Amino acid sequence: MDTTPLANGRNLLEVRGLTKIFGTLKACDQIDLTIAKGEIHALLGENGAGKSTLVKMLFGSLEPNAGQIHWNGQLARITSPGVAKKLGIGMVFQHFSLFEALTAAENIALSLADDTPIGTIAAKARALSYSYGLPLDPDSLVGDLSVGERQRIEIIRCLLQTPDLIILDEPTSVLTPQEADRLFETLERLRSEGKSILYISHRLDEVRRLCDSATIMRHGKVVGHCNPRLETPSSLARMMVGTEVKNAERTTASVRGEELLSICGMSRKPAGPFSTPLKNIWLSVAGGEVIGIAGVAGNGQGELFEAVSGEALQESADAIRIRGKSAGRMGISARRLLGAAFVPEERLGHGAAPRMRLSDNLLLSRHATDGKAFVAGLGLIKSGAIQKAAQRIIDVMDVRKSAPDPEAAALSGGNLQKFIIGRELDRNPAVMVVNQPTWGVDAGAAARIRQALIELARNGSAVLVISQDLDELFEISDSIAVMHNGELSKPIPIADATLERIGLLMGGAEPGHLDHAKEVA
Amino acid sequence: MRIELVKRPERSKLFAALSPLIALGLTLIAGAIMFSLLGKDPVEALYYYFIDPLREVWSLHELAVKAAPLILIAVGLSICYLSNNWNIGAEGQFVIGAITGSILPVMFPDFQSWIVLPLMLLMGIAGGAAYGAIPAYLKVRFNTNEILTSLMLVYVAQLFLDWMVRGPWRNPAGMNFPETRTFSPSAVLPEIWSASGRANWGFVFAIVAAIALWFMLSRTLKGFEVLVLGQSPRAGRFAGFSQSKMVFFAFLVSGGLAGLAGISEVSGAIGQLRPTISPGYGFAAIIVAFLGRLNPLGIIAAGLVLALSYLGGEAAQISIGVSDKVVRAFQGMLLFFVLACDTLILYRIRFVGASAAKTVEATQNV
Repeated sequence: MDTTPLANGRNLLEVRGLTKIFGTLKACDQIDLTIAKGEIHALLGENGAGKSTLVKMLFGSLEPNAGQIHWNGQLARITSPGVAKKLGIGMVFQHFSLFEALTAAENIALSLADDTPIGTIAAKARALSYSYGLPLDPDSLVGDLSVGERQRIEIIRCLLQTPDLIILDEPTSVLTPQEADRLFETLERLRSEGKSILYISHRLDEVRRLCDSATIMRHGKVVGHCNPRLETPSSLARMMVGTEVKNAERTTASVRGEELLSICGMSRKPAGPFSTPLKNIWLSVAGGEVIGIAGVAGNGQGELFEAVSGEALQESADAIRIRGKSAGRMGISARRLLGAAFVPEERLGHGAAPRMRLSDNLLLSRHATDGKAFVAGLGLIKSGAIQKAAQRIIDVMDVRKSAPDPEAAALSGGNLQKFIIGRELDRNPAVMVVNQPTWGVDAGAAARIRQALIELARNGSAVLVISQDLDELFEISDSIAVMHNGELSKPIPIADATLERIGLLMGGAEPGHLDHAKEVA
Repeated sequence: MRIELVKRPERSKLFAALSPLIALGLTLIAGAIMFSLLGKDPVEALYYYFIDPLREVWSLHELAVKAAPLILIAVGLSICYLSNNWNIGAEGQFVIGAITGSILPVMFPDFQSWIVLPLMLLMGIAGGAAYGAIPAYLKVRFNTNEILTSLMLVYVAQLFLDWMVRGPWRNPAGMNFPETRTFSPSAVLPEIWSASGRANWGFVFAIVAAIALWFMLSRTLKGFEVLVLGQSPRAGRFAGFSQSKMVFFAFLVSGGLAGLAGISEVSGAIGQLRPTISPGYGFAAIIVAFLGRLNPLGIIAAGLVLALSYLGGEAAQISIGVSDKVVRAFQGMLLFFVLACDTLILYRIRFVGASAAKTVEATQNV
């Protein structure tokens, strides 16, 4: 523990000119950041702005190329997370590092360096968790816990080391609105105890509500410091993005068209020990409408996508109907031939092969549906036609790239996603199923993608969007259904949907949907 | 000072082309050191090893004889490795192909017609492919590790051949030597140009197979499927390609080509079955496949290089009296250096001084 006298009043952390270079990319360029004692400081920026790189340098998992870090007024060299912990810096990661097969207490014990008996740790953790209003049973298996509860373990684990500075990386991205509220109360309490918090987010409302000051990053540089309470969401967004961000325009749905995609009582056994089983899911998507599926991560959304896309087959052919045809036993290519298109959550390695060029990645999902246009006799690939089509998609979706036909991995997340969405839109699919359409995508590209999905629906297609971003779902959906623990609620028309109502469903307030099942049947 | 590997932003095309050459160079240097440790003049030894066999036409024919099975097997293996199926058992598929291909000339020596040879080749292909299907089935059905199963099946095949030539198939007029009767002329793979040397049609098969598979990999949907499933299986599933069908495809193609190599070797170069019919072609072909960057055209060149190491080994044994084990040592070093140099395609080497670790000044020169 560093207890040297303070040279510089009340600043806990001062960062000067911190720079990190990866290859030719300056991920962080001359970053200045000051965090006072007892403040909640926001670090704002879009995906890829360099927030995570900066934080990793503060936590010692990356070594800066240049710059200085002053801790309590003293020059500090943070060479490893161990050093950071000793100084009094704690971190709660966006992606948890917990062993699912161990209990909460065992997971906490693993990160503590000493030999404290597990019973003592459990008792301490329990006391701490209740005193901060984060109830947690230390003896429960992590695999059985919800994402919000897992986050509590991470926070308790961090607090047990009595840090002076707590870094939270996108903590609310996995929480229901109600869980987020409870987290904010805890953070405010920590602040009142004199602890400092570095709060990383791109959610402006939260930042304005919670934080005392903010540092805004764009393209690896600090573009401003401000007091978020004195700013409007749109002025903050402007600083983050650099330009005005438009919301997608949503015209009211025209007459509900005919049913194009229906899921009838579909169940699926868990594929692995920690995947979620799907339980009796009913859903019908008609032409002309966008249906959103909300839910906290890990409640079966991925399993639902695999089942609908045909990467996993159903036991009964009637469990899924696409344009009136029973498709439950069909593979993904056959479902595409019925007019469906799919965009998975993971871009690299699922939606696209990272080391293949864009034109090859076009062929990836279109070789069956555009067999005549792209493949000649004897399976000969018509590369001319494919390159032309790829260029068409690149132009329509405004995909920015560095080479004429680059490898998919060379594109930024947003540009690759625009290409992947454009690849499917180019077919004019009757049914479009998208999982996390704008995850990790910058605001400009996200708006472009959302607009494209709405337009597709307005032209008569059925669009199903699975997303954890509630703002996005409220922006584009005609009705929203909620997944919780492998069950899907009845869709709520957007006019009746409130953040509170959806949030309650995300927390599992309405288990089972028997009335809904009866109604559809 | 320490050495760091820094990931390149993308694959280096330059080092993708240079890496096999650097590996060859390093192998020669290491070989020279090895020869001088053995007390031989390294320059003379390397001359006998790598230059002398190329000086006469008949020995170029020998080069083709040795290269043919290596290339045939290696192009099949390239399909396996590109699709992420680790077939290490080509040696066994080679042996089984040789045995099934020899059924006609050994069991029906009186059946002599123009059709015997084509039938032998087809049966050789079928035998090798069927033997390759065993690890494929085990992988798809029981999720076994194909590296282990295919490798273990090599020893099964070798011992089966040993038993066949000592037992049921032993030449009745062969003075109890463990070998089958010699093949009748209609069962012998003809030489391409018999006036100048021994090279047989096996070499032509190898070149044709390499070009055909190159075309398939680079121009057809099937080749695309191989590459996608090998590079990112999940994207391949998303594309609607079947992983299990690909396992069978890869093992059947590579097994079939290894079987063809086996029967071509027996029918062309040896003329009968013996307890040992291969100096480890099936294993050396793994080196050939990687030295050729898993590209069938590159494999033709790599096959010739490895064939030279066999010829050179024989030459060096005769002229300077080193052990024939030196061949294996050379092949091992070559594979080691090829795999090591491949690191340079994805990473570059950076030397870091002890002082540079301090967080003072950015001195990036990228």
